[in-house]
Amino acid sequence: MVPLSYYLVLSGILFACGVTGFLIKRNIITIFMSIELMLNGVNLSFVAFAAQWHALSGQVFVFFVMVVAAAESAVGLAIIIAVYRTRETLNVDRVNLLKL
Amino acid sequence: MLHLLVFSVFGLVCVAGAVNLLVQRHPINSALSLVVVMGSLAVEYLLLGAEFVAAVQVIVYAGAIMVLFVFVIMLLNAGEEERTNGSRVAMLFGIPGMLIGSVLVAWVLLEHSGTGNVATGALPGPPKVIGWLLFHDFLLPFEVTSVLVLIAIMGAVVLASHPGSVEQRSTQQDKREG
Amino acid sequence: MTPNLHLWLIPVLPLVGAALNGLFGKRFSRQTISAIALGFSGAALVMALWIAAQFSSLTLPCIETLATWIRAGDFQVDFAFYLDQLSLVMLLVVTGVGFLIHIYSVGYMWEEGGFYRFFSYLNLFMFFMLTLALASNYLLMFIGWEGVGLASYLLIGFWFTKDSAASAGKKAFIVNRIGDFGFLIALFLMIKHFGSLNFEQVFRIVSGLPAEATGAGLLTAIGLLLMVGAAGKSAQLPLYVWLPDAMEGPTPVSALIHAATMVTAGVYMVARSHVVFDRAPQALMVVAIVGTLTALFAATIGVCQTDIKKVLAYSTISQLGYMFIGCGVAAYSAGIFHLMTHAFFKGLLFLAAGSVIHAVGGEQDMRRMGGLRHHIPWTFWTMTAATFAIAGFPPFAGFFSKDAILWQAYSSPYGSWVYWAIGVFTAFLTSFYMFRLWFLTFFGEYRGEAAASEHVHLAGGSRAGAPAPHEHGHGGIHESPKVMLIPLVILAILSVCGGWVGSERFDKFLAPALHSGVTAYSPEQAAAATPASEPREHGASEGLLTSISILAAVSGLFLAWLLYQRRPQLPQEIAHALGSFYDAVVHKYYVDEIYAAVFVKPLIDGSTRILWHGIDRDVIDATLDNSAEGAREVSDAMRHMQSGNLRSYAGWIAAGAAVVIAYMIWMGTR
Repeated sequence: MVPLSYYLVLSGILFACGVTGFLIKRNIITIFMSIELMLNGVNLSFVAFAAQWHALSGQVFVFFVMVVAAAESAVGLAIIIAVYRTRETLNVDRVNLLKL
Repeated sequence: MLHLLVFSVFGLVCVAGAVNLLVQRHPINSALSLVVVMGSLAVEYLLLGAEFVAAVQVIVYAGAIMVLFVFVIMLLNAGEEERTNGSRVAMLFGIPGMLIGSVLVAWVLLEHSGTGNVATGALPGPPKVIGWLLFHDFLLPFEVTSVLVLIAIMGAVVLASHPGSVEQRSTQQDKREG
Repeated sequence: MTPNLHLWLIPVLPLVGAALNGLFGKRFSRQTISAIALGFSGAALVMALWIAAQFSSLTLPCIETLATWIRAGDFQVDFAFYLDQLSLVMLLVVTGVGFLIHIYSVGYMWEEGGFYRFFSYLNLFMFFMLTLALASNYLLMFIGWEGVGLASYLLIGFWFTKDSAASAGKKAFIVNRIGDFGFLIALFLMIKHFGSLNFEQVFRIVSGLPAEATGAGLLTAIGLLLMVGAAGKSAQLPLYVWLPDAMEGPTPVSALIHAATMVTAGVYMVARSHVVFDRAPQALMVVAIVGTLTALFAATIGVCQTDIKKVLAYSTISQLGYMFIGCGVAAYSAGIFHLMTHAFFKGLLFLAAGSVIHAVGGEQDMRRMGGLRHHIPWTFWTMTAATFAIAGFPPFAGFFSKDAILWQAYSSPYGSWVYWAIGVFTAFLTSFYMFRLWFLTFFGEYRGEAAASEHVHLAGGSRAGAPAPHEHGHGGIHESPKVMLIPLVILAILSVCGGWVGSERFDKFLAPALHSGVTAYSPEQAAAATPASEPREHGASEGLLTSISILAAVSGLFLAWLLYQRRPQLPQEIAHALGSFYDAVVHKYYVDEIYAAVFVKPLIDGSTRILWHGIDRDVIDATLDNSAEGAREVSDAMRHMQSGNLRSYAGWIAAGAAVVIAYMIWMGTR
């Protein structure tokens, strides 16, 4: 018997790791992976709540999240490739042409 | 008891993978630790009874998305990260903010949550039931996400193609036809 | 049943003329402009004469209400016109003398630029003055009051490209404004205590109040404040300083506005408000004292002036002082009588002076005139008539009116021998300086230069540095054209005969107006309201006093003859002997300089330092500038947020999310 809050704490830890990775990493692809990590953390909490409230729509929502994450990563990686072609670097600090 | 043990083991693996992602300098290592995270998450889903979701997690997430990541890393031949001075804001505000937020959430969850325990395999989610929900109650989002995936495919192709190659192909076609 | 007199037409006709000339005059020929101006003011005159012709058959006062203007609760003011004997006299004087001056101006201004503008302003002035004279309530009168001030400003500054003319116009308007402030406060007091500004209602209420014998009360306050307004408009002490400067305007303007009509508005207003003044003896005393002092003061200055128009200006101030003496001893009809005769001879004096100036090609300094009586005989004879009239020689007009005032000053219950004595001395001075002017201008040898410039034809308009922008030195000293001479002759006839109506008949004619249609007199009020018919107990009789004033006039003539004909070196010696006192008089007692130092300079300094630098620049501008500067600095700081750096964006988002989560948790656990 695992209390629900353990699942949620785990989900929170994953999410926090994802945010940290987003903030401290310099490689664009690694930043992208941190985003995926955040999404996974959220997925875990959805499924946990679905189990708690006996509502399958939680799992359906996870399904949709995964679809969107797939679409997003495809397009995002394509963008990264395009950025790499023009800027010759994968360092996010170098991609700062939109500054004032 | 067994439930708790399995949960803790795979939870630890999960966290270890996540931390490893942060620590590693080469992106390929981070990608591989992310695969580990996804795998252990699949086990957690199974513990919660979400069979279909666990399967999809392994197949789609770990098997397709992460593969895509690894391909891109190898394609771009991204090396180790260089140490550049990034954003002060991220360091000053972001990290503490994240820490505070997560600590608060954890505290609240552990102290104030009135939720009880979740039994092993509490809510079985076989594909049949999920499918029923998808095609009845959630039909509209389902169709919309299909369109989304279609658009994503087209966008990815256009973005990632070599500059000019799309137009060349179309002008060649016009020349042939015209 | 009184027929509808269409009183409103009398002011409106000149207004139409003013509008036509003002809006379209630029395209009209001079003939058209003159025709319009003369036509409309002549029409007003014809209407006034027509009303006068049927005067005996009208029930007076005749009030015609045109429309309601203001209605605020119980307070109501209408566009209404009031005709009684007093306003009829004013009406005839204004339209008559005004029309004559219009005719004269056609000739005088023929060569000037801005011809249409001049006549538009003249007609505009007529409109406002007639509104003032015919108004049936104080507010409409105030409209006319302000309007004539405006017309005066426009006409004084007619040659506005000349600095001194523009400043003189401003000075006139501003000093008038100070007087108007007093007038306004009086109006406010009336509204507050009487609830109305209508003549009928106010006078009915006031006549129910007791006379304020001692101490100051409401009526004394109102009277004093009205006097402040009159002092501004009629150039009495201490608000007279604008009138000498107003001589910058063209001479017909000086004649019409600053001699015959506008400056008499104050006297008219005091006479109209006699119901108030009758019950406020303190205010009456102030009126008389102000009038007396002004008369004397201005006469002393006039003695030493060398510019012909300035002499006449100070003479006007002095004569207005006489009118206020008359009103100040509650002999209002004597004051109005002098107003009428003064309009004739002073208007004539100014017009003739204009003719003289025209003759000598723009020169206004009397020291450079002389011996002109052979060159310009018509001007000479008409001016002689006016000079004898103003000096108070019988049987000319001025004698009757001035004598009436002096007699009333002596014998009225409000009068005193002091007023009379100063009045007689001033009459002597008046005679002296007027004959001084007469001798200097028309007798002796010609001391000027115009005869030399026989063949010089200068175009009209102003020459920088010339004393008057009215010179076209063609062909030496020459008589004015007929269009200018005819009004001179008519006014000369009036100056001779105007006084023959006699002060008793004049009093009787005006009596119903000056004890205006108010019923329910109590015996004490009746006694207080008819002072003119009650001589006090004293020794002298009217005949003695009359002879003394004639003697004063003759001695003035003699002294002038002595100093300026027989022994022309005497004036210099006397001036030398008097030393610094003479200097002070020549410099008009330095009043302008004192005003500049005491009022104008501190006002300008305070305004510059406090209002401009302190408030406008350092508060208002600074607020705007600093808020713009602040906005710029804030945005300058904020723009660093958009660094293009992905990680800083992520940092901000994470921080913000943490804040939101904390807030939600806090709300949830409350």
